Amino acid sequence: MKLIFERSRAGRRAARLPRPKDLPAPEIPAELGRSKPPRLPEVPELEIVRHFTELTTRNFGIDTGFYPLGSCTMKYNPRVNERVVALPGFRDLHPHQDEEAAHGALALMHGLQEMLAEITGLDAVSLQPAAGSQGELTGLMLMRAYFADRGEGDRRRKIVVADTAHGTNPASVTMAGYELVKVDTDPRGNIDLDDLRSKVDEKMAGLMLTNPSTLGLFDEHIEEIARIFHEIGGLLYYDGANLNAVCGISRPGDMGFDIVHINLHKTFSQPHGGGGPGGGPIAVRRQLEPYLPVPAVVPDGERFRLDYDRPKSIGKVRAFTGPFGVFVRSYAFILAWGRELRTMSEDAVLNANYLLARLKDTYELPFDRLCMHEFVLSARRLKREHGITALDVAKRLMDYGFHPPTIYFPLIVPEALMIEPTETETKETLDSFAEAMLAIAQEAPARPELLKEAPHNRPVQRLDEVKAAKRAVVRYRFDDHPDLAAEPSTPAAAEAPKGV
Amino acid sequence: MTYVSLTDADREQMLETIGVSSVDELFRDIPAGVRFDRALDLGDPLSEQEIVKRLEELAAQNTPAGEEISFLGAGVYDHYVPAIVDAILQRGEFLTAYTPYQPELSQGVLQALFEYQTVICELTGMDVSNASGYDGTTVAADACYIAKHVTGQAKVVLAETLNPQVRQVVKTYAPGFGLEVVDVPHRDGVTDPDELRAAAEGAACVIFQQPNFFGCLEPAPDLAAAANDAGALAVAHVDPISLGVLEAPGAYGCALAIGEGQGAGNPVSFGGPHYGFIAAREEFTRRMPGRIVGETTDVAGERGYVLTLQTREQHIRREKATSNITTNQTLLALGGLITLCWLGPQGLRELGETCMAVAEHAKERIGLPLAFPEQTTFKEFAIRVGRPAQEVIREARKRGIHPGYPLGRDFEGMDDVLLVALTERRTIDDIAGLAEVLAG
Repeated sequence: MKLIFERSRAGRRAARLPRPKDLPAPEIPAELGRSKPPRLPEVPELEIVRHFTELTTRNFGIDTGFYPLGSCTMKYNPRVNERVVALPGFRDLHPHQDEEAAHGALALMHGLQEMLAEITGLDAVSLQPAAGSQGELTGLMLMRAYFADRGEGDRRRKIVVADTAHGTNPASVTMAGYELVKVDTDPRGNIDLDDLRSKVDEKMAGLMLTNPSTLGLFDEHIEEIARIFHEIGGLLYYDGANLNAVCGISRPGDMGFDIVHINLHKTFSQPHGGGGPGGGPIAVRRQLEPYLPVPAVVPDGERFRLDYDRPKSIGKVRAFTGPFGVFVRSYAFILAWGRELRTMSEDAVLNANYLLARLKDTYELPFDRLCMHEFVLSARRLKREHGITALDVAKRLMDYGFHPPTIYFPLIVPEALMIEPTETETKETLDSFAEAMLAIAQEAPARPELLKEAPHNRPVQRLDEVKAAKRAVVRYRFDDHPDLAAEPSTPAAAEAPKGV
Repeated sequence: MTYVSLTDADREQMLETIGVSSVDELFRDIPAGVRFDRALDLGDPLSEQEIVKRLEELAAQNTPAGEEISFLGAGVYDHYVPAIVDAILQRGEFLTAYTPYQPELSQGVLQALFEYQTVICELTGMDVSNASGYDGTTVAADACYIAKHVTGQAKVVLAETLNPQVRQVVKTYAPGFGLEVVDVPHRDGVTDPDELRAAAEGAACVIFQQPNFFGCLEPAPDLAAAANDAGALAVAHVDPISLGVLEAPGAYGCALAIGEGQGAGNPVSFGGPHYGFIAAREEFTRRMPGRIVGETTDVAGERGYVLTLQTREQHIRREKATSNITTNQTLLALGGLITLCWLGPQGLRELGETCMAVAEHAKERIGLPLAFPEQTTFKEFAIRVGRPAQEVIREARKRGIHPGYPLGRDFEGMDDVLLVALTERRTIDDIAGLAEVLAG
């Protein structure tokens, strides 16, 4: 379909702007004024609406269908949350408004902090980080500040990360100025304790761990892992990407974690928005509270205020107090569940185990245990016997009307298919997905071309990712735009993680 | 409100298929010592109408723009968001999708992001934009990280006229990135190119803001030239709403252009979520942080879009990635794209002119001394109110007007200075009201 720029005709427009009468035209020094106007599209409003509506028909969301993208927790995004976030008292509230005229916002944020402290089993919360990755980085900054304050900053230079970790963990370690130490997974899918013990010493600042892990497995030795780190004076960081498995069932603070980030766009229903926004609050144990970002939302008698007077704080990690609209939605979501939040996690785990039970005889299960809220299958056998890869299975699922699972992640499982159904799906949806997966396994030997050529009914077929990376055409160039269709193509999709 | 999708009968059947007798048994791998043995203290579950009522009560304790006439800006602006933004962003295919990992199911978001990248490049005069950063502060930290790797230098130079929150965020990131941060003080509200040049010797980059935090127009081409002379990357932090009337950073020698996108397409929303943008010259493409959408073709030669240059990113490069960013601000960036399409080149220029014209009118009408009388300003200006600005704000608010941002919060010796922001939403009558309350 056309780009919006290709719908443009000089002289067309949508917006009419207010122009107060009789005001002189502003004078801009010539050397600072615009020399050449930006080539924004010139289109009437209806054309804009049709353009973006056509784009939506070429996109798939949770509202469209089942979206079991592992580690992303693609659950229903309640529409009531959209209604409340649009209340003028929230939407049009300026972040520099006086605190006494923003009391409702501060009360809401304090309320959400209290909820998250209760759910994580920790003492203090900062809502400021913009997303999970920034929560991770903020948590590592807290570790740096904490150890520097104790005079151990120069000694503790390393962070341990499991080989099953999200790519964000090692990336955050580097950005925080730490060195990475990788630890292996044992045959049951837990952290390999012997490997861990052999690597941990007093140069460690701490551990980053997702529990349940990206394999969807709860680490059975979590108490021992916590003991190992606390004995050497290290800190434990909990990557909350998988918190949807354990709300009301087991709390990170009770597991021994000192710092936790929470993905509000996963567990607490902030819509993923095609890639964002998210929210990545962090919860910490009392001794880390002084280092949290400023400002903190604190009670002040009957009211609340923003506290900037925190001399040990790491500072600010983004503007203002965080993505407030995300807080409104998550707060509304938690109000809906209340003390029954445990049912959310129970059903998420039940749904995952049900799908697992239906699929594990047909696809390989590398770690044969009950799972938590997600599980990882391998298409290794299909690849060996029929040349069918995880990518082929993923593409064929689109023909059946489903979004594929996360594939090629975690990295330790070959041909990985990481499936997370979430609690909001009905048994009928799970059954139809299971039947599609089983049918695809039947098709692999019988009609492999059906899988290799999938998807069959999308606006585009498989795309040439190699050409995209090599040519790096990352913006429209108008009259100078290259004609990529005229260049040779070698459709190949990299076997790289797609999801997470 | 209930978000439960299973019945008890479903649960029983499912447990039977799994081969366990109870839901509790599904959690048998969790050691007894770390199980939570009480109900969460989160209150009774609420119905949808109870949730709405509770949230309406909280919203009513806030005073949004609309309930008072507000001249607050200082980085977040009350520009008009067109109705089509809400209509399009609320469509579930955009709202409830995630990062477009599977391009055949995601051409809608991918193409929209390709268009967003193009619009950002057009505004800034650059060759490459990512698919959005968190906000206008974190993209500054990203720019420093790029500059450090490109130049091998650790020093970054920040103009004091840069939004204080941007400076604070860079300073928070600095220890982890191994950066040394140097500030260049302002002279009469703007940055002196010679001073900047001296500070930029041996630096990775220089970041300045146009228009700056005081609303003043910096001698931006001279600042970029000063950075370039010293061998540092020139980074301009720009307001998208200004770029219909002000020169594109790419046209005056900047390596990178960054900024807060909020004013184009996002409500103020108590500070977020908004989107940050980061754009660069072509040579820095492979050092960019975060998602980038690229054009390609499918097996049949059909044009399509994919996430590209992913070997920069955390899910592939892990500890060697150019950034840890994963979830970004796509939906807010799409709000920006739609707004900029709605404005078009003509509308964006008119919007900039209107903001500037009403600001000039407000300066005159108020008649109080300007803090920086020598400078040209865009939509914001600093005035001396002759007594503590906080006091003036308190009194004005009693009369239904929020007169602006107290600069004394961030700058010494400016306790009597108010930063007044004008957008196209403020009328001549609003300005008359402001002048009246400021006159006492």
